[in-house]
Amino acid sequence: MIVSVQREDFSVDQVTRELCGERRDIGAVVSFTGLVRDLTQHADLCALQLEHYPGMTERALESIATEACQRWDIEDVAIIHRVGKLLTQQNIVLVVTLSAHRKQAFEAAEFIMDYLKTRAPFWKKEITLDGEHWVEAHDADQDAAKRWNGNDKQN
Amino acid sequence: MIDILYFASLRENLGQSREQLPLSSAVNDVAQLKTLLAQRDENWQQVFASDLPLMCAVNQNMANDQTRVSDGDEVAFFPPVTGG
Repeated sequence: MIVSVQREDFSVDQVTRELCGERRDIGAVVSFTGLVRDLTQHADLCALQLEHYPGMTERALESIATEACQRWDIEDVAIIHRVGKLLTQQNIVLVVTLSAHRKQAFEAAEFIMDYLKTRAPFWKKEITLDGEHWVEAHDADQDAAKRWNGNDKQN
Repeated sequence: MIDILYFASLRENLGQSREQLPLSSAVNDVAQLKTLLAQRDENWQQVFASDLPLMCAVNQNMANDQTRVSDGDEVAFFPPVTGG
């Protein structure tokens, strides 16, 4: 399992190679990359500032990754999330799942993103020419996460 | 003593990122801590006693109003998360 909160950019190829290692049983590799998108209602987005809760954020991501491995038949997971100042179209987040077959890998990756967006302590701030503005959480993300709730035990 | 951390827009609104607070016998859970903090001034009341969405964690685990708070704990308050 690879879980990292970092300022540096990541390479999807590098992370995938590291995750796969010497394995010979992987039939499916699914990866999702989230990028900084310039769709603000304000002036042009100059940058996105990503803040996190050192310690808790890493644990939250590990917990989500562990739950994905328990609930789906996947062999391994990588979650990389950047923090700090990011520019438009730069990488924010990477999720990679490995499985023997694709259905499990796809579903697990989707679950991880839905839970990450609603449970991992990160906060985004848009920095524009007009000033700075904290991004608000979307109901759609909560709805997306709820569909995985099934047997989930919440705190 | 407990440590209280404030993140993101909450930190900017309240003007501090962390503080230490002696734990009185009147504070046994998150709800009671919020009641105490809300008494500081109008701004704090707006944050801790209104319907505005607020999340919290105790010792780096997601918590809710019923979560117990004990001496030595780290409590964090923050807006709904927006990662990913």
